[in-house]
Amino acid sequence: MAFDEGEITALIGPNGSGKSTLLRIIAGLEMPTEGRILIRGEVETSNTLRRMATLVFQKTAMFNTSVYDNVAYGLKLRGIGASETKEKVQNSLRMVGLEGFEKRRARRLSGGEQQRVSLARALTLQPDILLLDEPSANLDPRSASIVESVISRANRELGTTIIMASHNIIQARQLASKVAILQDGTFVAISNSSELFRKHSDFLESFGRLQNIFSGHVRMTGDGIAVVNIGDGLELEATDARNGPATVFIRPEDIIVSTTPVATSARNVIRGTIIEAADRGELIRLKVEAGKEFISIVTRKSFQDMKLNLGSEVYLVFKAQSVHLVP
Amino acid sequence: MTLESLGVFVEGFIQALRLIVTGDPAVLEVTIRSVYVSVLSTVLATTWSLPIALVMGLKTFPGKKILKSLFQGLLGIPTVALGLFFFLLLSRSGPLGIFHLLYTVNGMAIGQSALITPIIVSFTTSAIEATDIELRDLARTLGAPETRVALTVARESISGITLSIVAAFNRAFAELGVVMMIGGNIHHITRVLTTAIALETAMGEIAFSIALAIILLMIVLSITFVVNVLRRSR
Repeated sequence: MAFDEGEITALIGPNGSGKSTLLRIIAGLEMPTEGRILIRGEVETSNTLRRMATLVFQKTAMFNTSVYDNVAYGLKLRGIGASETKEKVQNSLRMVGLEGFEKRRARRLSGGEQQRVSLARALTLQPDILLLDEPSANLDPRSASIVESVISRANRELGTTIIMASHNIIQARQLASKVAILQDGTFVAISNSSELFRKHSDFLESFGRLQNIFSGHVRMTGDGIAVVNIGDGLELEATDARNGPATVFIRPEDIIVSTTPVATSARNVIRGTIIEAADRGELIRLKVEAGKEFISIVTRKSFQDMKLNLGSEVYLVFKAQSVHLVP
Repeated sequence: MTLESLGVFVEGFIQALRLIVTGDPAVLEVTIRSVYVSVLSTVLATTWSLPIALVMGLKTFPGKKILKSLFQGLLGIPTVALGLFFFLLLSRSGPLGIFHLLYTVNGMAIGQSALITPIIVSFTTSAIEATDIELRDLARTLGAPETRVALTVARESISGITLSIVAAFNRAFAELGVVMMIGGNIHHITRVLTTAIALETAMGEIAFSIALAIILLMIVLSITFVVNVLRRSR
């Protein structure tokens, strides 16, 4: 398995597939039971790997000191002088949107802020390889979007080779130029095209993060709207401007279920019938037959308040922005 | 207790307070010597106990469990038995007799340092083991070589380490067996708070003994109080 220098590669796979372990091996924190790691043709030991690659953990680890001391840790190790360290730390904090946070106690920050400090702490070292384990999982939306834009920037401006493990396939597609699918410790596929998703949609759907996958054809209307024909008489509106074949994803959380055809700003309203309702505790997962089968998620309370049941006629309502197109 | 003996006690107590408040030179001398011996023993014990504890806290090796149990067992060693051991070691006919450490404050400090070593080793090892294992990986991935990782973990465990050192000092300060056997409670040379209380009471110097006991209790209790506050705040 080879990773391209200067590129962002995403690792996708279910829990236990080995994403974290692979990242730890590349970071020099664990030894592989078999095989070697080569960088630019040279075999590397764990000691050299630790210097060349920095891993940002999924579960944030902060030293019990200030934000400044956390970010400066690696710089001090490398013998960087005080004034240069100060400049680099301030730049890194500015990049993650945490200027002025230098004196704060790192452990008192929110989860999103801590993860941004972790990112700053790794980036300030300008490593050859930046490894990210679920960089924006469990983050508030603002922190998640800052993290994503910093990742892009780091790659664009510094040419850092980035390997990131993610559950969020849509995010992976947006950030990475290549996606590698991992299952039970083996690479199932590596690709950078939509072929990947069409071929492996069953597998991707199986670990529960991707639903409502349809093959379709996009055409732009005169008004600049993208209309996607997914067959069985269904046409959806999307925001991407393009023409030609595409694979469509819609997240179940983005589909609102209504008992009446409501007038909203959402461009897509489809009539269908509930054919399955699966109890997931506080949430109910609905399968709706509407020409094609759609999956939506509603709260138990809503399900009860709206008196929904198998066979209930409903309207599926979702925005054009929720219709994700690949490529 | 008869009314008479109560009176003796109360009178002794009042005299004791007078000795303390006026800064009686004999009381002061004994107190300072106690502090000197215990501080010296703590410094000595810390010097070798911390590296041992770092290795035990960070590394796995064959026999580690046995070593840990050994140190924990030594926590309860009878002080007078340890004192006897050092007496024999340091006496003129003993193997270390050439150093003439018997009946000296330095000899007492050495004996006490052996007594408190298990405290520092056990508590510090626990403190280091309690530090998140992720921090070690964090230090490594940021480029730290293994020795630096150890120092970083030690820095992160500093409150546990401080606790163990203070607890060790307290133990040394309040013990009797070791300083009695090695020092002999010689007036102006090896007399410390604990030995003085033990032997002066027998000689009938009630007021003096009570004064020393009050000081000993006050110092030990305040340190214990500080240790408990530190432990709860972690």
